[in-house]
Amino acid sequence: MSGRNAVYWAAFKKYRHLLRELVLRDIRLKFRRSVLGICWSVLNPLLMMLVITAVFQNLFRFDIEHFPIYYLTGSLVFNFVTEATSGAMHAVVSAGPLIRKVYIPKYIFPLEKCLFSFVNMLFSAAATAIMLLVLHVPVGMQALLFLLPLIYALVFSIGLGMALAALQVFFRDTAHLYGVFITAWLYLTPVIYPMEILPEWMLPVVSCNPLYYFVDFLRQVVLYRSLPGPVTSLCCPLFALAALFLGGLFFKKKQDRFILFI
Amino acid sequence: MPAAVTLQKVSMHFNMSRERVEHLKEYFIKLLKHELFYEEFAALKEISLEIEKGDVFGIVGLNGSGKSTLLKVIAGVLRPTAGTVRVQGSIAPLIELGAGFDMDLTARENIFLNGAVLGFSRAQMRERYEEILEFSELQAFSDVPLKNFSSGMVARVGFAIATITRPDILIIDEILAVGDFRFQEKCERRIREMMSGGTTVILVSHSIEQIERLCSRVLWLEKGRSRMLGSMREVCEAYKNS
Repeated sequence: MSGRNAVYWAAFKKYRHLLRELVLRDIRLKFRRSVLGICWSVLNPLLMMLVITAVFQNLFRFDIEHFPIYYLTGSLVFNFVTEATSGAMHAVVSAGPLIRKVYIPKYIFPLEKCLFSFVNMLFSAAATAIMLLVLHVPVGMQALLFLLPLIYALVFSIGLGMALAALQVFFRDTAHLYGVFITAWLYLTPVIYPMEILPEWMLPVVSCNPLYYFVDFLRQVVLYRSLPGPVTSLCCPLFALAALFLGGLFFKKKQDRFILFI
Repeated sequence: MPAAVTLQKVSMHFNMSRERVEHLKEYFIKLLKHELFYEEFAALKEISLEIEKGDVFGIVGLNGSGKSTLLKVIAGVLRPTAGTVRVQGSIAPLIELGAGFDMDLTARENIFLNGAVLGFSRAQMRERYEEILEFSELQAFSDVPLKNFSSGMVARVGFAIATITRPDILIIDEILAVGDFRFQEKCERRIREMMSGGTTVILVSHSIEQIERLCSRVLWLEKGRSRMLGSMREVCEAYKNS
């Protein structure tokens, strides 16, 4: 078994340059011909925050302390996971011309999209930092842990992304279905609303949502100056590793047949 | 000395569904109607061959005889249905030039990206960058997006990258048909250079003259079967008289 692992590791090392080049390509292409370039990754969440804060603090009057930060932390995780998985979903199909001609480990493509979204998300995280300063929100040492939930979210996205990418190869409907799913997912994740407004029966549903735990972890350390509770601390790595394992397994089982469908 | 490429009884079957099922709805309807049967199509049937290190190996055959499938099996792009493929050393595939180019990126960016596809780091590519531009004669266009290139120019960059990286095995599928005659000559010179440097070359071409000029051993494929395998002279003679 260790011999086989060594082979996988050698292949991964050989293709790490490709991974890097692909991430660089995506960053270049995303901001080509845009005046503000990568600044949009910071500006976008800030502008969204202005809109959402205006609407929800005046219209619906949620009583949340530091609502802009509450929203930014939630949307940071949610947008990252949906962007990464959606990107990964299309990754294998759009790399079709390359896969048909050159041998490349196919997991490189969904992995790359997730890493690209991660880099993008780190810039958006700067928006949260800026707002913390602007709004004079007290920040504790716990905030240094902010990267941890984001890395859990990354691992989770890689797993889910690989499963979606494999599905999309065989059934192009996957993308349409996933779009609907994301909308439902947004309402099941406390990005905008506080958990208290949920009716009793919804709580078990939300507790099956991995994003809830990632968001909770991030808010605990950044906003509430505390450490995440035992449930969140446990569920985060559990969901992340389960997704990676199952998604990876599914991808591995199906990857030899990809070429016949792209 | 182990051979560079060894194939043992390699077969490749495709499931040819008459229409491809790409939607879940169709899939379930067909599943319920029991219409999900496939026609099996054998693109390669029990091909065995050995290619020695440093050989220039040609593959001839009519359209649809399985030449490109065989190359893809050797390159590791397709996994054979049956049989084993063993390859010693690094492979640079030139199956259709410009595989892996992103048309929105500039020539410079594409050179680094394509180098990475072949497993080379940025630093390694930087050493070779000038040489690649020089060989493809596109120094003036290094910062132009590839979509503005002519197909011949794209092919030139592709050929330059794949050969500059000095692979142990070079796979060439019909690519020498692109580019003007002067560049074709240049490519042939480069291939000869690599041959004398010990690179194994696998070449598919419809131009029998090109095969005769370059190859030492030739495989003749017919409908997925190996019709004849031997020295260039014998096989080409038989192929031309068929």
